[in-house]
Amino acid sequence: MVRLEKVEKWFGRTSALQGVDLVVQPGEFLVFLGRNGAGKSTLLRVVARLIKPNSGRVEVCGIDVLRHPEAGREKLGFVAHGSYLYRSLTAFENLQFFAKLYGLRNAADRILTALSWVGLKESAHRRVEGFSRGMQQRLSIARATLHEPQVLLLDEPFSGLDLEAAELLGEWLRHFVAGGRTLLMATHDLEQGLSAARRWALIDRGGIVEEFAASDLEARERYKRFLKVRRRDVL
Amino acid sequence: MTFFRQTGAIFWKDLLTEYRTKDSLTSMLMFGLLVILMFHFAFEPDSLETERYGPGLLWMTFIFAGILGMNRAFASERENDSLQALKLAPVSWGAIYLGKMLANLLFMLLAEAVMLACFTVFFNFDLIPRLGWMSAIVLLGTLGFASVGTILAAVSMNTRMNDVMLPVLLLPIALPVVIGAVESTSAIFTDPPGEALGFWVKFLVVFNIVFVTLPLLLFEYVLEE
Repeated sequence: MVRLEKVEKWFGRTSALQGVDLVVQPGEFLVFLGRNGAGKSTLLRVVARLIKPNSGRVEVCGIDVLRHPEAGREKLGFVAHGSYLYRSLTAFENLQFFAKLYGLRNAADRILTALSWVGLKESAHRRVEGFSRGMQQRLSIARATLHEPQVLLLDEPFSGLDLEAAELLGEWLRHFVAGGRTLLMATHDLEQGLSAARRWALIDRGGIVEEFAASDLEARERYKRFLKVRRRDVL
Repeated sequence: MTFFRQTGAIFWKDLLTEYRTKDSLTSMLMFGLLVILMFHFAFEPDSLETERYGPGLLWMTFIFAGILGMNRAFASERENDSLQALKLAPVSWGAIYLGKMLANLLFMLLAEAVMLACFTVFFNFDLIPRLGWMSAIVLLGTLGFASVGTILAAVSMNTRMNDVMLPVLLLPIALPVVIGAVESTSAIFTDPPGEALGFWVKFLVVFNIVFVTLPLLLFEYVLEE
């Protein structure tokens, strides 16, 4: 479970998050929607404790991640637009390195299983610098889920992926949630592989302005109208 | 044990990356050898000249070559933003610092060994009788420099013109180590070794204790966003 209470984050005089309250239950797939700069990525990075909030409380699986960041990170996986991989290492070596950091037992078996799961077993001993964007993103998912986290955070994971890779990613997300684990994803695109999402939260100017069920078609239309109005404001 | 296992993993990763790319070692070695060669032609060194200018010249070469290596210290973390993955792992951020510092120390020591060998040839310096003291001084001086250099490389990593920012930050702070290293090297360049040797080696040991401990405690604040 993920719980946020009155989380605030300021970058200088700019408010990135304004008193965010949120509860996400195990097995839930929550998607944060919003424009660029709305605060979606900052929110995910606060949950991952990559950013320390100015005030508020963040709990992951009952652990206060502000007080015990290392214990909290054991429960988390994070996939972002950047792959977070080492280009001069092979796919296997990358996962082996992270397995050591997480102190995983039977690392070699787990790595081979993870590589098979993302369809990269054949490329296990190829260096990442020779991988396509889609292959890097798949390896990135293997890296983020190697330690079997309870909560997976995804920040615009579909950007730069071709249609086939995006469909595969959507499939993996459904598989992950079906295993009873929690998934939080930030995106600005309403249609991207979200069929497994049960709940959406619209973020604007650092706050959650509306939450709605994925089945709520009226809310979808409202969101599209909201984006149009915002676009007009910008133009 | 976990702390040292994680330190070892980061150290191993940096060694493997350097083995594949050879970025740090190549730049340090090329720069160091060129400087020694240029000073060889500039000074036409005899034993008196070597005794007078050798220690300063040697450490100036080590330090500037070291800065080139330090500029590459977080290069692999900048590519694909993989420092974020390190920060996401349940790792003490002190272990990240220590692993990277030990890797930088090893790369600098390897480069310095080659530079020192060239120095003995080009400057007619009899290293063999002084090898024990010289090794100890090089180890202490380089340890102090690598300790401060690693944390400041992390500080300057995300700044504009980070290649310029690192030496600007590093050289004033590392000055005590440089002075200690040059003075203790000067003491062993004379025959018999100068009386000041003991003082300067103790000076280096004390600064190393401070320079290794403080970054271990402060590295968390450097990585914090």
